Amino acid sequence: MIAAARAIVRRDLLLALRRPGDVGTALLFFVIVASLFPLGIGAEPNLLRAVAPGVIWVAALLSSMLSLSRLFAADHADGTLEQMLLGAAPLGVVVAAKVLAHWLISGLPLVAIAPLIALQYDLPASLYGTLAVSLLLGTPVLSLIGAIGAALTLGLRGGGVLLALLVLPLYVPVLIMGAGGVDMAAAGLSPQGQLQLLAALLVVAAAFAPWAIAAALRISTE
Amino acid sequence: MSAAVKWFWFASPQTFFPLAGTIARACWIGAALLAVAGLTVGFFVAPTDAQQGEAYRIIFIHVPAAWMSMFLYVVMAFWAAIGLAFNTRLSSMMASAVAPTGALFTFIALWTGALWGRPTWGAYWVWDARLTSELILLFLYLGFMALQAAIDDPRRADRAGAVLAIVGVVNVPVIYYSVKWWNTLHQGASVSLTRAPSMASTMLTGMLLMALAFWLYSIAASLARVRCIIRERE
Amino acid sequence: MLEASNLDCLRGGRTLFRGLSFSLQGGELLRIAGANGSGKTSLLKILCGLLTPDAGEVRWQGAPIRQLREDYSRHLVYLGHAPAVKDDLTAAENLTVACTLAGRKASPQDAQTALERYGLPADAVAVRRLSQGQRRRAALARLLLSADAPLWLLDEPFAALDAAAARFTEELIASHVAQGGAAIYTTHQDANIGAAVLRVVELG
Repeated sequence: MIAAARAIVRRDLLLALRRPGDVGTALLFFVIVASLFPLGIGAEPNLLRAVAPGVIWVAALLSSMLSLSRLFAADHADGTLEQMLLGAAPLGVVVAAKVLAHWLISGLPLVAIAPLIALQYDLPASLYGTLAVSLLLGTPVLSLIGAIGAALTLGLRGGGVLLALLVLPLYVPVLIMGAGGVDMAAAGLSPQGQLQLLAALLVVAAAFAPWAIAAALRISTE
Repeated sequence: MSAAVKWFWFASPQTFFPLAGTIARACWIGAALLAVAGLTVGFFVAPTDAQQGEAYRIIFIHVPAAWMSMFLYVVMAFWAAIGLAFNTRLSSMMASAVAPTGALFTFIALWTGALWGRPTWGAYWVWDARLTSELILLFLYLGFMALQAAIDDPRRADRAGAVLAIVGVVNVPVIYYSVKWWNTLHQGASVSLTRAPSMASTMLTGMLLMALAFWLYSIAASLARVRCIIRERE
Repeated sequence: MLEASNLDCLRGGRTLFRGLSFSLQGGELLRIAGANGSGKTSLLKILCGLLTPDAGEVRWQGAPIRQLREDYSRHLVYLGHAPAVKDDLTAAENLTVACTLAGRKASPQDAQTALERYGLPADAVAVRRLSQGQRRRAALARLLLSADAPLWLLDEPFAALDAAAARFTEELIASHVAQGGAAIYTTHQDANIGAAVLRVVELG
């Protein structure tokens, strides 16, 4: 079981390494979206500092969602998804491994690049830590919830947009807690409450989402 | 044993079809009567509010519609879950039938909320916690309907919708509380459409009558819709 | 070993087959024949558990496969229409991942040997550079590492293969069956698989 999970994570990471373009595009999207906001709302420093946590979080959320439609689609197209469904390990484990790989490829790099965006918005350096922790806790939840949507919309026309419609309302609590935590820290208050809630969301999502994703995959491939 | 047999007897879409028609007809009439009663109480009998004047009367539609929108989501998720667990076609059809009515009430709640907000607080939309949650609920309904519309195979549509509805219903409390928290962080308590005028008992009666009217309407509309779905699929 | 009873299959509004029943023991070979679109792939998928039949059930050693889940899929190898290989990995990498997923130990050595026996070049080239026939062979090489799986389910195993590779595959299936395994395959080519007990299910 562990061997299968490790094999899948390794395989997906290897595939991402051999096609760095896909990964790079999502990161570039993150940076571009975050750069659009000042162009739209003006570059007044106080305004930007105030909106920075929210903007970074929304950009991260959209970027993470962009790469979701590819999560199962490629495997479905070349037949490897069927083999996973027929594997010796429970589908929940296999799916969790895929989501972990997805997060390592599309979520973790966002955490690494976020400080650069924070710099663009002149967010005080003292908040970088809270921002990083909130993204570190929140992006896996986004991957887990998003994977449910990706599994449900597998092979459907209008895929990406439909996926967004299904998944964005479910992202709202993560967004509120993530950006809200950083806002609290910016106001001089403790972000502990929000970060703990994010951690709780992560635990619950990690425990239950794989089974929902597995069920959705079975439904979508029948 | 006979009770179980009776239960599953009506689980067959064919046998349910005529029963649905009869119940729906009764509910249309009941809904109309209750609506007349409720609106009379709301618009004529209940006293004018000291602070908000006549404009507050829209809560007789707004609040029951909001209650219905949340209640119907749970009902929809319930039927979808039953359909998924027991593989009964009719349960899934009921879930699909309830969804548009639920979305309608969410929409009504949002519009009436905006119409209430304008004369009371000066703006149509003030990002009030409850209205924002209603907006997200509308997206959840629309997502469910869009997913089912995008899938051609009815069985896959039913089951996929069920998974989505279950995930949604579990998330609704989480969404509600996080939006409530978000509202206090960013707005303070100054603007709140939830601070309805203190309830005179006539106001409560009016709202309950309207709620019952909406409930019977929902039953009638859903059953009518389920009959269409049955005809379409069988 | 494998028992199918009263299987119904409806796809896209058409009834592909109704009330299909058969059983398969070790040492038996089953061929599913029929024209294009007659439901051969759907039947094979129902037998693996990838598809749920509209009626009836499939049983493995007495227990319904719906309940067995992984305990059933552990005992089978399914090779579908698509070669199920990742374009960006080499044939050897694909093979090792496939075996690990199926719960079988396969060292890179074993993978290389298997690929060589199927006449694939030993150099590490990404699968996208291989021809259709070579991809098929890379997928079929899995059979060489799945001797312990009693049931083989193969969808059009001979498609895109040249005569030599096709003959090699036929011999492989024949020896698997001779050693007590069971195999089910679909084809609309006329394949000649040794002296094994050959039963035919005709669809359509």
